[in-house]
Amino acid sequence: MSGGRAVGGGPSRLRAVDRRASALAAGIIGVAVVAAVDEIVFHQVLGWHHFYDRSTPAVGLLSDGLLHAAELLALVGGFFWFADLRRRGVLAPRAAWGGFLLGAGAFQVFDGVVDHKVLRLHQIRYGVPLLPYDVFWIAGGAALLLLGAVVLGRARPGTTSG
Amino acid sequence: MTGLAGAGADPLPLTLVALLAAGYLLAVTRDRRGWRRGRSVSWLAGCAVLALAFGPLAGGSADPRVHVAQHLLLGMVAPLGLALGAPVTLLLRVAPPPVRRAVTRVLRARPLHLLAHPATAALLATGGLAVVLLTPLYAAAERNPWLHHGLHLHYLAAGYVFAWAVAGPDPAPRRAGPAMRAGVLLGAAAGHAVLAKYLYAHAATLPPGLADRDVAALRSAARLMWYGGDVAELLLAAAFFAAWYGRRGRRVQRAACGLPAVSRTVKPSAPQCRVTWLHDW
Repeated sequence: MSGGRAVGGGPSRLRAVDRRASALAAGIIGVAVVAAVDEIVFHQVLGWHHFYDRSTPAVGLLSDGLLHAAELLALVGGFFWFADLRRRGVLAPRAAWGGFLLGAGAFQVFDGVVDHKVLRLHQIRYGVPLLPYDVFWIAGGAALLLLGAVVLGRARPGTTSG
Repeated sequence: MTGLAGAGADPLPLTLVALLAAGYLLAVTRDRRGWRRGRSVSWLAGCAVLALAFGPLAGGSADPRVHVAQHLLLGMVAPLGLALGAPVTLLLRVAPPPVRRAVTRVLRARPLHLLAHPATAALLATGGLAVVLLTPLYAAAERNPWLHHGLHLHYLAAGYVFAWAVAGPDPAPRRAGPAMRAGVLLGAAAGHAVLAKYLYAHAATLPPGLADRDVAALRSAARLMWYGGDVAELLLAAAFFAAWYGRRGRRVQRAACGLPAVSRTVKPSAPQCRVTWLHDW
């Protein structure tokens, strides 16, 4: 994601970087990447999650479908937005990293609290005590959130290299 | 589930697919302005997927997984390839004036605008699939070959209109805005995913009216439907956002040259308009 050199195109062109758009585009990618990792690692590779859990209520099924479709759309849309920022030379790499971490952490916390506990779509693993897994997943997300906020805060104008 | 067993691949759909491919290539050779190769490739890929669905997969197997694969290819993958081939644009380029006038008249017709609205198209495509799978229609189509072919034609037609409405490069008068198109794509993909999981959860009773029910096979068919729907959504989303990316690039380039934002034909040729950064990515 070190896209700073894309600016080198126009010799006399001096473009201001767009920190807000950079953070948002990368944030969307962050959300979608963690969602995809969750799907691939826990559902497919480890087989910990179940495709469908008997305790899933109808509203859970509906929200699961909507969230899943939105994640895929966000993944593709985020990458094209990011590519557009890069091509126009207005990408702010540090803001983008901050946004990415923030998005990834936000999704992980949301998944741990709302999907697993509130909607009870599925659990992280079956047949084992859940508490350590839940604590690890939610605390990991919170740590990412915090790190993202710090990086984003340091990407403010006035500090060096946006 | 035995009605179509032994029927084998029907030669009629395969002949029609071959005609579609040949007709398109003939039109491309007659276009003097030079047709983009990517569009031909996309059209031919769409035809190849159709041939796969109508040929090897249509062998009359009773396996619901084969049926799901066929529906995914016919209703979601092939239509996108065909729509990205921009057949209407090609027709408008090479057809004689009376045909062109007729096509333009159809494109301007109000019923078409209603039909080609992304929401209507999504309702016909995903909604139609739900109606088939949640009612005895699916079991009836297992027994009646004409109903079976009719449903396949419906999947293909509805899928084509949906792909065209969301991402198609072909002209669409009064095309819905990007936010509406993205929203409808989201809704249709979510509907497809919910339908697949619902079928998984109720494989013991759905689709209703099946003579010999293999619940395990129906479950894995529903799983395939779910993941296949993901692939189709990713492809359609990529086509949609790639079109946005291209449009935005042209607009930015035009603005850099001081040209009007809407014209599609003006090609910037002045030296100051050669914006190198458009190509450095």
